[in-house]
Amino acid sequence: MKVPFSWLKQYVDIDISAEELEKKLFSCGFEVEELIDLSAGINRVVVGVVTECEPIEGTHLSKCKVDCGSYGKDIQICTGASNVYVGMHTPAALDDSTLPGGVHIKAKPLRGVDSFGMLCSGEELGLNDDLFPGSEVYGLLDLPKDTEAGTDICKVVGLDDYIFDISVTANRPDCQSVLGISREVAAILGKPVKMPALDYTVQGDITEKANITVDAPDLCPRYIGHTVHDITFAQSPAWMRRNLALCGIRGISNIVDITNYIMLELGQPMHAFDLDLLDEKRIVVRRANEGEKITTLDSKEFTLNPNNLVICDGKKPVALAGVMGGLNSGINENTKNLLFESAKFMRDNIRKTARSLGQNTDASGFYEKGISEYTTELAMARALHLIQELGCGKIAPAGCDVSAGASREGRKFDVKITEINNILGIEVPADEVVKILKNLFFEVAQDGDTLHIVAPRWREDIEIGAPDIAEEVIREYGYEHIKPTFLKDAAVTSGGLTADQRQRSKLKNIMCAQGCCEVSTLGFYSDAELDMLRIAEGAPERRVIRLINPISANLSIMRSLLAPSLLNVVVNNIKRGNYEGRIFELSNIYVPKQIPVTELPDEIPHLCFAAFGDGEDFFTVKGIVETLAESFGLHFEYRRAENVPYLHPGVSADVICDGKKVGSFGKLANEVLKNLDLVKDSRDSFNILLGEIDYRALSELFPKTMRYTPVSEFPAVSRDLALVADEATLCGDITSVISDACKYVGKVELFDIYRGGQIGEGKKSMAFKIDFAPAEKALSQEDVNGFVDKILENLKEKLNIEIR
Amino acid sequence: MEEIIRALREQLDAALANVRSKEELSEFWQTFMSKKGKISDLMKNLGKVSKEERPAVGKLINEFKEAAEAKYREVEQKLDALETERRNREETVDITLPAKKAAKGALHPITITKNEMINVFAGMGFDIYEGPEIEDDDHNFTRLNVAKNHPARDMQDTFYVAEDIILRTHTSPGQIRVMDAQKPPIKVLVPGRVFRSDSDATHSPMFHQMEGLVVDKHITLCDLQGMLDKFVQNIFGEKVRTRLRPSYFPFTEPSVEVDVSCFECGGKGCGLCKHTGWIEVLGGGIVHRNVLANCGIDPEEYSGLAFGIGIERIAMLKYGINNIGLLFENDLRFLGQFRD
Repeated sequence: MKVPFSWLKQYVDIDISAEELEKKLFSCGFEVEELIDLSAGINRVVVGVVTECEPIEGTHLSKCKVDCGSYGKDIQICTGASNVYVGMHTPAALDDSTLPGGVHIKAKPLRGVDSFGMLCSGEELGLNDDLFPGSEVYGLLDLPKDTEAGTDICKVVGLDDYIFDISVTANRPDCQSVLGISREVAAILGKPVKMPALDYTVQGDITEKANITVDAPDLCPRYIGHTVHDITFAQSPAWMRRNLALCGIRGISNIVDITNYIMLELGQPMHAFDLDLLDEKRIVVRRANEGEKITTLDSKEFTLNPNNLVICDGKKPVALAGVMGGLNSGINENTKNLLFESAKFMRDNIRKTARSLGQNTDASGFYEKGISEYTTELAMARALHLIQELGCGKIAPAGCDVSAGASREGRKFDVKITEINNILGIEVPADEVVKILKNLFFEVAQDGDTLHIVAPRWREDIEIGAPDIAEEVIREYGYEHIKPTFLKDAAVTSGGLTADQRQRSKLKNIMCAQGCCEVSTLGFYSDAELDMLRIAEGAPERRVIRLINPISANLSIMRSLLAPSLLNVVVNNIKRGNYEGRIFELSNIYVPKQIPVTELPDEIPHLCFAAFGDGEDFFTVKGIVETLAESFGLHFEYRRAENVPYLHPGVSADVICDGKKVGSFGKLANEVLKNLDLVKDSRDSFNILLGEIDYRALSELFPKTMRYTPVSEFPAVSRDLALVADEATLCGDITSVISDACKYVGKVELFDIYRGGQIGEGKKSMAFKIDFAPAEKALSQEDVNGFVDKILENLKEKLNIEIR
Repeated sequence: MEEIIRALREQLDAALANVRSKEELSEFWQTFMSKKGKISDLMKNLGKVSKEERPAVGKLINEFKEAAEAKYREVEQKLDALETERRNREETVDITLPAKKAAKGALHPITITKNEMINVFAGMGFDIYEGPEIEDDDHNFTRLNVAKNHPARDMQDTFYVAEDIILRTHTSPGQIRVMDAQKPPIKVLVPGRVFRSDSDATHSPMFHQMEGLVVDKHITLCDLQGMLDKFVQNIFGEKVRTRLRPSYFPFTEPSVEVDVSCFECGGKGCGLCKHTGWIEVLGGGIVHRNVLANCGIDPEEYSGLAFGIGIERIAMLKYGINNIGLLFENDLRFLGQFRD
């Protein structure tokens, strides 16, 4: 929120610079997001008094002699402005001066006549009529005659000022106003607050009185109305318009300006009704009826329901409470009498209404943050004072103040100084605590260690107990007093990762060791991603959790599969010219327990990986998978993948562990490949492999313990066998038969496949190296021959395989 | 006989001087040193020498033989050395040719940063807890002292999947889950993904946070700063200090924003710290009494501190990454650079 330095100074005697104040506010919890120096960009611009002025023949220009005080009594400046005259006091930008917007003025001839600067309009100084009356005149700014030649122009026109743009935290709605910030500044400086004037005189002869009923005190705990009669509309005074303008609000008329002024000064939105437009001249605050309609001041029509609070007259809604007045009852140039509203509406309700109707206004912004009843009372008094000060009308003898009965006193409680210091961990002296709290307008009575406290009425954020008071104390006392300690009273704990967390960390390291880069993708995507991977309608992956309020349609469902995310990463890399690589991610998929979702879904960690580029094929990826299995003491078997629509049917496998399918991997299906978002003719040439493993299922199969197998003291004996098998015979089946034939068979390694030549049509020759690992004794050649015979016999019988 | 030996010595020396290769050396051996060689022939002729002279001549022959063998070995060694030298020359490679190596993978910078942070706190006795990413309103807000329609809910734009089920907006619900399951002393770190409906140059709709919680007797603001000092010194270097300043979070009271002295300029002011000497890194405070009470922990007996750190923020500062988008683009040229 924007707070002008000059306005603050009206309430607090500030004797430090704006920059120093910025630092102090910051350390007390009020971050100044921007300190705007209104004189920024204006340099060497002074009051000039025109002493001579003559037209330059044949041009629209005038040649002037200007008295600029100490800068020169007789400076020649040419101007094109027609309102220049001898004796005029006007801003003079000297040689080598600057104006807002980066304008640089230098001495140079105009139409052959030397000009040592420029005379300025109000606009050229960034002024308008509200900031400095007369600024919008066409031509030069005509300054008052009491201005002294050579004076810095910023001082003369009020640009020697600053605007503090302050970020106020959500717990401090009381600081959403100039007065609120003034109170903090006063506390920081240890000075009093000069309260704005609140007194006013009523006109006893007015018999009309505001007639107000509140039917929904739960949503409107306080409603104060007061009527003002015989209104005279006029422009509000310069001081008021200037303060409004500094905060970015243009002056409109005295009544409107007063309501805006009070909103900025005190943080209370006010509304003015035309009393004569109110049926029965009364106000009823109630919940809207279902389907009731209102048209607000900005001509928008809303259909309401009982969750919305409305201000009604005797018959109809005349305002959407806390949001905006109605078009049917607002003040206009014909208004004779008005009713001021200063009310407290419950912030939650206003927030909901503003949200649900999409009607967020300045007023609703204040109400949503929260307004204290103290402010509501203060604002009405201040408004009536301003009515009187500005002479806008006659004030009725009495207002109508409807209250739900909240206490008119601040929150009262006791706090022990030791409790405060126990939270902080340091000893703030008792008198310091008392002084700080008093500076912050708390009433404090000390009784030994106990403080009897009454919080200021506007501090509705203060909760009973020591923590809030401790925070008030330390932010004023200074956080630099905190002396770091290292959990000196805390118990010693062991800490560290759980077994599961360690395994996941290990998994990531294993993937890295195999050349995979870990990626981080968003947890949501869209149905289009599932379409891309050809996931069938009705497949389990289609049962997804949908976001009610996604940022965009392409981030609208919680992912049920990681593969689409990783495929997108591959595609994006290829597009950027990274034509090969390996990636992985270990992340959750989300499985709803029911749809619509009524309880927390299952979050299942999945490992997804992809390899792409010329060097990759099914078997390089199988290598990754095998290494993974070995690293965790698992044994994988592979079956042709079933129901994995995004993988190539002939080049993909389901991964089986302990008889259970834990995932699949393989080459990306051609149907998927040809639709990828890549240059059309290039798509077919990309070699992409993809796999996804249910990590949770896998981790359940991790052996719990590991025991070593004794190493034989005898060397292994190996034999090479070349076997002729049918083309369709699977290598895995052959190795199984070999391994099962004899308990001494260790490693079985395929080292060659040969087709053609003497090998018959439809056959292949496969060469295996078989290790026989003895345990209890060395194996003789005869032993090994016996094993080989047994293996060959089994191969013949089970797979119709012959030795070559 | 002496004459014969002298002649043979000359012959032998001449022959050895001409030896240029192992083959020639072997030929030389055959000619002179083998059992059928010329030196053996001398021995055979010893019988012809008179009995009296025989010992002296025998000695001469033996001396000659030993000397010849020594010369032979010398030449043999020389040839060996030459041979090795030749082989070395032939086998010499250009050591600047490219290495043959397995492709190197890399952990994501977020993971590396997260692990580093975990290591620091695990060393301080913190357990690591990971809660659900899809949370209920109760854990994410209500029990953290953020009632329905609390203005603080506006601080965090929430993704909803049902009326009361949301994508967690912070890792703070982990506090509640831990305190429900465990009573003090508690020291726990809750890393994880969080989600906010916010996406622009400086925000990603998904990012990572790390929550820290300590609940025990007599936990103070001094403890919070002391612990965070150790943390930032581990991450950013020994000389870094923290600065606390007031802030507001509904679940802590007092609440603080924690800045670190700029590790780039040492606090003098530079582009990284926007010329303030300080960099905002995290938020924290003393756990609100309501939050403890909401988890059945007596706030009269125990107190706690809590803090929340944006992992992206730390990673970006650590690696000088200026755009959060880079962390989620997953360009291999970017990812491949990181090491832990």
